[in-house]
Amino acid sequence: MATKAESRLTTLKIVSYVLVGVWLIIAAFPFLWTFWGSFKVQGDFFSKADWTNAIYGVFTTRETGGAFTANGYIGAWVQESFWKNVLNTTVIVFFTVIISLTFGTLGGYALARSGFRYAFWILMAALIFRAMPHITLVSGYMLPFFEWNVWGLKGTAIIVLVAINQPFTLWMLHSFFKNIPKDMDESAMVDGCTRFQAFWHVIVPVMWPGVITTGLFSFLLAYNDYAVTSMLLSKPNETMVPAVASFLGSVQVQGNIMFAVAAVVSATAPLFVLILFFQRQIVSGLTAGAVKG
Amino acid sequence: MKHRTFFWFILPTLSAMILFIALPIVSVLIQSLFVEHEQVLVVSESCGPFGCTPTTSIDAEATAALREAQPLGRFNGLGTYFDRSHLATAEVAEIWRESNGLKSFFNGLMDLKFYKALIFTLTYTFIVTPAVLVFGLAVAVGVNNLPRAMRGVAIFISLLPFLVATIVGSMILSWMLDGEGIIGATLQNIFNDPNLTIKSSTPLMWIALIIYGIWHTLPFSFITFYAGLQTVPQDTLEAARVDGASKWQTMISVVVPHLMPLVSFVTLMLLMDNFRVFEPIVSFQAEAHAQSLSTFILSDLREAGNPLYASAGATSILTIIGVAILLTPVVIRTWRDFNATSH
Repeated sequence: MATKAESRLTTLKIVSYVLVGVWLIIAAFPFLWTFWGSFKVQGDFFSKADWTNAIYGVFTTRETGGAFTANGYIGAWVQESFWKNVLNTTVIVFFTVIISLTFGTLGGYALARSGFRYAFWILMAALIFRAMPHITLVSGYMLPFFEWNVWGLKGTAIIVLVAINQPFTLWMLHSFFKNIPKDMDESAMVDGCTRFQAFWHVIVPVMWPGVITTGLFSFLLAYNDYAVTSMLLSKPNETMVPAVASFLGSVQVQGNIMFAVAAVVSATAPLFVLILFFQRQIVSGLTAGAVKG
Repeated sequence: MKHRTFFWFILPTLSAMILFIALPIVSVLIQSLFVEHEQVLVVSESCGPFGCTPTTSIDAEATAALREAQPLGRFNGLGTYFDRSHLATAEVAEIWRESNGLKSFFNGLMDLKFYKALIFTLTYTFIVTPAVLVFGLAVAVGVNNLPRAMRGVAIFISLLPFLVATIVGSMILSWMLDGEGIIGATLQNIFNDPNLTIKSSTPLMWIALIIYGIWHTLPFSFITFYAGLQTVPQDTLEAARVDGASKWQTMISVVVPHLMPLVSFVTLMLLMDNFRVFEPIVSFQAEAHAQSLSTFILSDLREAGNPLYASAGATSILTIIGVAILLTPVVIRTWRDFNATSH
């Protein structure tokens, strides 16, 4: 009996190891493949005849003399001015994160400390807003923004991204502030602080772990957004993600698809570094809403 | 907290949400009730030696002036909702009358733009969501069995597909699945069919998009379930083992019930996100084979020169109604929980 149970346990273990192994390969392989391939020429990256060409770079050696080439990167960054898109992304993401954290901290704190019924309704409304497809909101902005002549500006995109970010930010920070004991700010108020002073002197110094976690997700939303940035930004103000997408159409025609591959790798690299340094915060942020109820 | 203080704290975030989420929904609703101006036609008579013939021409200037003066267009009521490219009530009735059996009715529906998009969106949502729940749980259990040192690496790798921009991630996959990419070319070799590409076949494109969806969202359910597994009470597990339950039985009767609240949370998030599937279709350049409600709106807005705001608005409102239907059970449950805890 015991041996039977044990043997079943080991088969289960093997099955689960295999499953995890397969998943990890499926998860990582596309990135490794694209990263490796971005240093090749198109004939190798799309090597229909023999896939090992992509590994050894047969065509790359024939065309450029070496097994690796940075032509894709040079083409994307210099010829297609991808660096401008990188700059735009930096500006837009930076301001989106700062503003949405400021708004979200104030709001989340208020919701966590208010026992009134309308606090619940605001959170419920935020949940519904969170579910709105971004493109439906965008179709609501287009006409008024054209009329007011604010379409295409970086500032417009920042404000819209901040607003779209708010529901999520509110929920995260609300549950985070709920875990900070009420006594802390209330005892400060007993000592004569106003609510805002209590918030400023007592809560702000201890809130950074939660704010950083929330900030990471605001960053990801702004950095990865396509619906808003592709529809609301003019060509010179475009960020990386819509630039990569519009590249895809134009460079495919010119036979320069490696530019798009290089741009994709360039846009993914910062995320890679981000996960490397903030893995724990990201995981805790993903599960915060779920595990704490 | 006093109402007054609450008001000042909540003001920035609330005004951002009202101005840029609530009002746009109203704006979309209004747009959907209007329709673009028709072109202004001028009838002029050109008289020649053989008498006069009336000719109709477009008065471009007057059209532009009219569009300038009333950018919304002319009032159309619910007309746009029921026209051929949306609910198409007349066409659906027609198809229903002419079809013999469900299959031909279904095929007829697939010719209508809106229903095609709706059917794809629902298929995508209701295949990806359960698949991600099951596989996510399986991977979470597997990673939980790994030696501690390897778990961090596993989580790091798993996070990549989820956190990379959807447009970028789906582009990477579409290159691999391309007829000349590694997976696409290998499949062609295996099946010995050089015409086998996702770009040329609707079912293959749907499968590719669904596989992408699973690849992209599985990490989310995996991470959530993995965190949940850390909180399974050890005593209960111990008790189950003492009572002679097998690993599998323990899994079904102890672990899964413990994770149930997480399952409903993950399901909610997945439903919301999958229903608005959008970027992969852009990246895969799949518009010819698969449209979702979101890309349907995008193509209306992208209409060269003269965006179809009315059509986009009507689709948006119909999408929002879809989201509302999906969310109703959750809102009702949260409301019950809230009342239960407050009394």
